[in-house]
Amino acid sequence: MLNVKTEISGDALHIALEGLLDSQTVSDLKTVLYENFDKVNAIEFDFEKLEYLTSAGLRTILVAQQAMNDKKGVMTVKNVPKDIMDVFNMTGFSDVLTIV
Amino acid sequence: MKELKVEADHENMQKVQDFVKGELEQSPGLSHKDLLQIHMVIDEIFGNIVAYAYEDGRGDVVILVDYDKTQGTVMLVFTDEGKPYNPLLNEDPDIKLSADERTVGGLGIFMVKNTMDEIDYENRDGKNILTMKKQIGGSYA
Repeated sequence: MLNVKTEISGDALHIALEGLLDSQTVSDLKTVLYENFDKVNAIEFDFEKLEYLTSAGLRTILVAQQAMNDKKGVMTVKNVPKDIMDVFNMTGFSDVLTIV
Repeated sequence: MKELKVEADHENMQKVQDFVKGELEQSPGLSHKDLLQIHMVIDEIFGNIVAYAYEDGRGDVVILVDYDKTQGTVMLVFTDEGKPYNPLLNEDPDIKLSADERTVGGLGIFMVKNTMDEIDYENRDGKNILTMKKQIGGSYA
């Protein structure tokens, strides 16, 4: 129920998520991230088609942000739907993430 | 009111999701967002029970779902016989910390508390009973 579309251009990893990011699907995202943390200095998430997420998803997004911070890289999140923005506001992730 | 009893195993997560969704999908007034929020609540609560309730990793969970038409409320009750644990006593995470200062615990329960309108925990006859209610289709979060 989660589709993870990835694309690498230069040292940037683009990840478009489609569906539900929860405890059942988060490993698909983790796999992509851990395969690429060493190789990239930028991560761009596209949440246009992300329906909803649970704390399992938030934790992994936080890990990605911390990984980029550690290597002085950049992470951005674009096209955040309202329902997801509500979750980011509720949890304070709206202040932690760079939402564009 | 419908009830499902499953083993506290993450393998059963989808079964629990399908059971609740199946019961609620036909309910008038239930929005897509209500269903997504209830999906999240199940992911958090059933996930917590699977991870922490039974030290030897084996035990059952009973999930009860009810939709009260006149009041427009959905009720979810999770019952396990694991070690006593009141999730409502969890300290809320500090949502003002920066990314690097943050730890990953406590977020799930915090989200559930902010999504459901009523939550009640009870330890009775050696059982953890977590009862949650949500006003549906309203302007509530």
